[in-house]
Amino acid sequence: MSQMAKPFFRTVYDVPREEYFAPGHGLCAGCTAGTIVKLLLKVAGPNTIVVNATGCVEVSTTPYPYTSWEVPWIHVAFENTAAVASGIESAIRVMKAKGRLDPSKQINVIALAGDGGTYDIGLQALSGMLERGHKVMYVLYDNEAYMNTGIQRSGSTPEFAWTTTTPVGSVLRGKVQQKKPISDIVAAHKIPYVATANPGYFADMMTKFKKGLETNGPSFVHVIQPCTTGWKFDPRYGIVLSRLATETGIWINWELENEQFRVTVPVPRRKPVRDYIKMQGRFSHLTDQDIEEIQKIVDQEADRINKMVGRTVIGPVVEQ
Amino acid sequence: MSKALLGWRELKPGGIIEEPGNSSKRLTGDWRTFKPVINQDKCTRCLRCWIVCPEPAISVVDKQYSWPNGRSWKFTVEVNYDYCKGCGMCVEECEPKAIDWVEEVK
Repeated sequence: MSQMAKPFFRTVYDVPREEYFAPGHGLCAGCTAGTIVKLLLKVAGPNTIVVNATGCVEVSTTPYPYTSWEVPWIHVAFENTAAVASGIESAIRVMKAKGRLDPSKQINVIALAGDGGTYDIGLQALSGMLERGHKVMYVLYDNEAYMNTGIQRSGSTPEFAWTTTTPVGSVLRGKVQQKKPISDIVAAHKIPYVATANPGYFADMMTKFKKGLETNGPSFVHVIQPCTTGWKFDPRYGIVLSRLATETGIWINWELENEQFRVTVPVPRRKPVRDYIKMQGRFSHLTDQDIEEIQKIVDQEADRINKMVGRTVIGPVVEQ
Repeated sequence: MSKALLGWRELKPGGIIEEPGNSSKRLTGDWRTFKPVINQDKCTRCLRCWIVCPEPAISVVDKQYSWPNGRSWKFTVEVNYDYCKGCGMCVEECEPKAIDWVEEVK
């Protein structure tokens, strides 16, 4: 296990040059999902089967009869991503046992779903897969609403965020509820590997993908994916914004490996959440008081993480 | 691009696509209004743009390049304008500000 602690990807030169994600897909200009999927496939390599739930990535990468995937790929409905991935993994296991596949060959099974397909619709299939212990890596790209169908709220949408189903007016001021802590729910299944990642820290994210694929059992990687259309920001700031999410403490990059909790990107001096919120159009109606409220929630979460680690990994807010 | 759609007789059972990565036949380069132009004399080959490009339209090619001051590089970073949608993420990420943001004039 001591070997696992070493980072697999440290610099850009550790990243393989081979591409398994072809250009010409229909993702919006500046969609960070492209970056995430591209890097995911670079880590996984050609011996990979991807199970993709309905969602932005599925719709835009496979406008029939075209596909952007250079690995075997299957589209499934919102609710059964994890179930189909479990079936594929079991089939591979049986075929290896019967000698129809080389048992030494490592075949990665990746389930890829958005926040709608994970937080809301696919949760029971996911929970079942984790409980049965299939060797599948579940990658959740979290753009905090149903962006594919036109920005409807999901369980992942944060408080106060504008969506088409939580409009801003005299009655409602964006979403009322908090974001569901999906990674904590998954971690409660006591699976060997759970992590949250951020495309702004690509080496960290790719290392987590690699660790997830090498885990003997289910693994779950939760990746934040700023959405230029739904969050309403200039396409060029996708990566800047995802990095800002970590710098402000809204998004904490952690991993839980065999019950060992670790914050992989410590933030000694946190930026105020205002920096993150002011960049996005979906939060443009927020008053100073609302921002103060969000700041309080982020502070509480940082305190909780610091207590869990036992030292200060997410530092205090420093105005810059 | 404007080829006729397949008829039902030509479709494979299960809607299988037999040619992996054939979306590269769709040229998405006509989406953009601004384009990134890499200034090779300023580019320090940190490859950040190559990492962040969501397309991927930026590639690393084994092409020698020498700076005017004599420093030579074994590889070059190139933008494929057939696919670049002009999001500008590479421009934002470029640490030495070596990528110019040029308006597309036709």
